[in-house]
Amino acid sequence: MEINFWQGNEACVEAAIIAGCRFFAGYPITPASEIAENMAKKLPKVGGIAIQMEDEIASIGAVVGASWAGAKAMTATSGPGFDLMQETIGWAFMTETPCVIVDVQRLGPSTGQATKCGQGDVMQARWGTHGDYSAIALSPNSVQEMFELTIEAFNLAEKYRTPVILLADEIVAHMREQVKIPPQEKIKIVNRRKPKLGEKAFFGLEEVPPMPSIGEGFHVTVTGSTHNEYGIRFTADPHVHKRLVERINNKIKQHAEELADTENYKIDDCEVGIVAFGCTSRAIYEAVEHAEAKGIRVGYVRLKTIWPFPEKPVKELAQKAETIIVPEMNLGQIFYEVQRVAGCSAKIVALNKIGGGEPITPEEIFEKIKECAKK
Amino acid sequence: MSKQFSVKKYLRPLPLPFCAGCGAFTVMSEFLRAVHELGYENLDKFVFCSGIGCSSWIPSPYFEADSIHTLHGRSIPVATGIKLMRPDLNVVVFGGDGDIVGIGLSHFIHAARRNMDMLVIMVNNMIYGMTGGQVAPTTPLKAKTTTTPYGSFENPLDSARLAVTAGACYVARWTTAHSTQLKESIKKALNVKGFKFIEAISQCPTAYGRRVGFKDAAQMLKWFKENAVIIEEAEKLNEEELNGKIVIGEFTQRKRPTLIENIYKTIEEAKKEHGEN
Repeated sequence: MEINFWQGNEACVEAAIIAGCRFFAGYPITPASEIAENMAKKLPKVGGIAIQMEDEIASIGAVVGASWAGAKAMTATSGPGFDLMQETIGWAFMTETPCVIVDVQRLGPSTGQATKCGQGDVMQARWGTHGDYSAIALSPNSVQEMFELTIEAFNLAEKYRTPVILLADEIVAHMREQVKIPPQEKIKIVNRRKPKLGEKAFFGLEEVPPMPSIGEGFHVTVTGSTHNEYGIRFTADPHVHKRLVERINNKIKQHAEELADTENYKIDDCEVGIVAFGCTSRAIYEAVEHAEAKGIRVGYVRLKTIWPFPEKPVKELAQKAETIIVPEMNLGQIFYEVQRVAGCSAKIVALNKIGGGEPITPEEIFEKIKECAKK
Repeated sequence: MSKQFSVKKYLRPLPLPFCAGCGAFTVMSEFLRAVHELGYENLDKFVFCSGIGCSSWIPSPYFEADSIHTLHGRSIPVATGIKLMRPDLNVVVFGGDGDIVGIGLSHFIHAARRNMDMLVIMVNNMIYGMTGGQVAPTTPLKAKTTTTPYGSFENPLDSARLAVTAGACYVARWTTAHSTQLKESIKKALNVKGFKFIEAISQCPTAYGRRVGFKDAAQMLKWFKENAVIIEEAEKLNEEELNGKIVIGEFTQRKRPTLIENIYKTIEEAKKEHGEN
């Protein structure tokens, strides 16, 4: 076990390299720039390529190109850059290209408060690109998790052949904490399944088809237009479209439970529940401790997977808790997901805070718990 | 090389999508003829990238090769990612004027500036053909299009000169009426390192020609022939004399360190330093 003292963005880079990332393209943006800087420093040493492109659109374009050239590839950005990448994220989804997009959330909308923390990109990570789309997005709440979930993001991208979003935030990305790194052989690394000689169906027939690299003689045709299992464009046939788009959505939707990674605490024995994620979720531990000392039974679901939304544990929490508090550094986004999943089983209470990058404090959550317990 | 040329050995047996009289046929066949004359029996050493627009369909999915059909304007960044990881492959980008110097202009300039090793073949039909004939950044002043019904009030871009200024290693412009020269330039470009740009002025009888008074593709080719001026001659003419002319020829051919050379040298140095630490 190796122990390091890292910044969140630094941990992300170290993890990416361990996961096998050998290509990075990015564009400077606060609070994600340290990822590009550390990639530029570290990747060449292991024979990888890090390049600063002319904008975020070019960055993710190069990442998709590198992925088809056989590399595990990644880009990192923040809100405004994430906006620009949305079209290409849809293209990566449609072409089933494994890649990792790190969005270190800052405070929007627009330029907003560029150096301050926010959690306003949650729905953008889910619905940012046009058309029927299913996202995988992970939400770290510590530097340790920046490390672990970056590796997981690569593994899921390779396993499901799809873009994966690491939805970090300014606080988690900029804080420094201890990171424990298990020995290399204990770290699970997933690599994309390659086709056998003579195989031709790289875009269908199986839930996750094998993926060739260009230059291997497979003559793969990649297109964001609707295509059949052999990559040939069909821009008017309803059946080809339905078959393709249902499959690429289902390969994520039907594995939602398997993808759901959450930290659950007393979800089967509580009067007040909490659903939290990212930097905000760091405040719940202390708040729960205080509440328990006052005799209030509290349970929580902390979302490490944010998309697809982990319905099962939240539903279980809603069965027991009378009220569920959803603290977020936005004006309410995951709140609506919790409401959707809970239905009439529990009352959902929002705890929102925006501006100045000030995180939601344990005291604020504790006050909310007390308020809810009284009712 | 000794074998007779046939486009069939490089193409998938699919019906081509282009309108009758489209210049994309010429560009496609001249490219394949160039490849044949260079002695490539197949396209295994190539990867093709294209964007959105009629000419982006030249390689995808018709070429029996690896091809990536990207988003509108984004073929060059995707090609950049590919070439960086696979410097051994010939990366060729096909695109239209709207794709390459409209929505994708910044990538075009930056790829030339970086001297990114790739060949970009831009089929310039002076119009957005696929969407029905809207004004393009290459449409001649005063030309009537569906979005400039009273005539275009914008100056067109000289993409070839821009590529030279930005740093390309090989730049040529021909028209589809100069197919032999076009083919020879493609052959030359495929043997030059760095960023290479070939602009093929091409006819779109459907979405451009008929709206500006040409009866058919043949008339447009005649227009190209009659108004083309070779660059060496054009340099002797003033702006007024060049009005309405199409300057053709080789705009530059030079050697500069390429991005691939530079980046791989940097990696070797970094690895050495890493080993020493």
